[in-house]
Amino acid sequence: MPSLKDLKNRIDSVKSTRKITKAMQMVAAAKLRRAQDAAEAARPYAERFNAVMSGLAASAREMGQGPKLLLGTGSDQVQLLVVMTAERGLCGGFNSSIVRLVRGKIAELEAAGKTVKILTVGKKGREQLKRDHEAKFVGHVDLSEVKRIGYADAQGVAKDVLARFDAEEFDVCKIYYSKFHSVISQEPTELQVIPATFDEDDAPQNASFYEYEPSEEGILAELLPKSVATQIFAGLLENGASEQGARMTAMDNATRNAGDMIDRLTIQYNRSRQAVITNELIEIISGAEAL
Amino acid sequence: MADTMQFDLVSPERMLASYEASAIRIPAMEGDMTAMPGHMPVITTLRPGVLHVEGAEGTQEFVVSGGFAEVNAASTSVLAERAIPRSEVTQDFIEELRREAEKAHEAAEPHEKDATAKALSDLAHLAEDMV
Repeated sequence: MPSLKDLKNRIDSVKSTRKITKAMQMVAAAKLRRAQDAAEAARPYAERFNAVMSGLAASAREMGQGPKLLLGTGSDQVQLLVVMTAERGLCGGFNSSIVRLVRGKIAELEAAGKTVKILTVGKKGREQLKRDHEAKFVGHVDLSEVKRIGYADAQGVAKDVLARFDAEEFDVCKIYYSKFHSVISQEPTELQVIPATFDEDDAPQNASFYEYEPSEEGILAELLPKSVATQIFAGLLENGASEQGARMTAMDNATRNAGDMIDRLTIQYNRSRQAVITNELIEIISGAEAL
Repeated sequence: MADTMQFDLVSPERMLASYEASAIRIPAMEGDMTAMPGHMPVITTLRPGVLHVEGAEGTQEFVVSGGFAEVNAASTSVLAERAIPRSEVTQDFIEELRREAEKAHEAAEPHEKDATAKALSDLAHLAEDMV
């Protein structure tokens, strides 16, 4: 049976925990709004870019020739997985669910006899994958100093990936991030960026009417590396919103749990206080009777 | 025929401008071109240069660092990696672009040297224009 003083201390400590989680929840809510705005603002560019690219890609595929970035190296033996996670924890299952998807994928690829390489973006995913898959790490991009994800950050990641592709380090590149649906639902997602895939539905119906300057192939060759950056950027922004959403939900739960715990501890505290008083009374009364 | 067309300027991070314009001069890879309503559909890459947009409220100018433009009869979309209004361009911005271009030029493979050298000279022209 804990003493009254112990109980009092516990209640105080849970109270301050609740204050912290409450504050974190509010910070996450504010950051979520900003992250959502950023994702929203980036959408027009990505949409138009994809529309143009899918038109170009479709006609290049028809002709059966094009840059390797589009058509692939003709093999899928070596796969590079770009795992994008958060730099910080305390965001519920956000990082774990991405890592779980990646782990499943690695097992699947290895069973098929493929070679897997991992590039991590964000510290948390790296830490979680380190135990089983450290040998497969080929690089890490640290974004912990970055306050607001900018296009330049995505370009940095893309440049790294493209340099490795040029050096023929891998055949297929996939990125892993969490798609933001709502505050309570984020979905770990896989997207293949090399060889490039585009949503063919976005393709303008009249793509063939366009005149291209300097040339269709020239434009394709120039835009494909940019499309890798654009897709990574979109993934990073989705991830940013998902992370804040997940953190907000996690902290909301933590705040509620702390509240429940305070209630329980307070009841326990009051009961033991009453017991102490009753005890003292009994002692006084029996002392008086003995006289 | 309508005498204006929809003009959109977007960067990866946000939409910079979207309004009706009557003529847009685009710094295309192989020389400037002016898009007016009813223009033939064309997709072109951009060189670093100045984008002139003639709208209802006069001419607006943006400095773009590259990217591409999609023109058709009713609209023009310019997708630029970086774009800022001309009035906000500073010497530092141009210098930064130039440094990046120089680095790319040095790192380029021999068969890419032409393209990176062109980007450099385009930037030099841009810097002269800005003075």
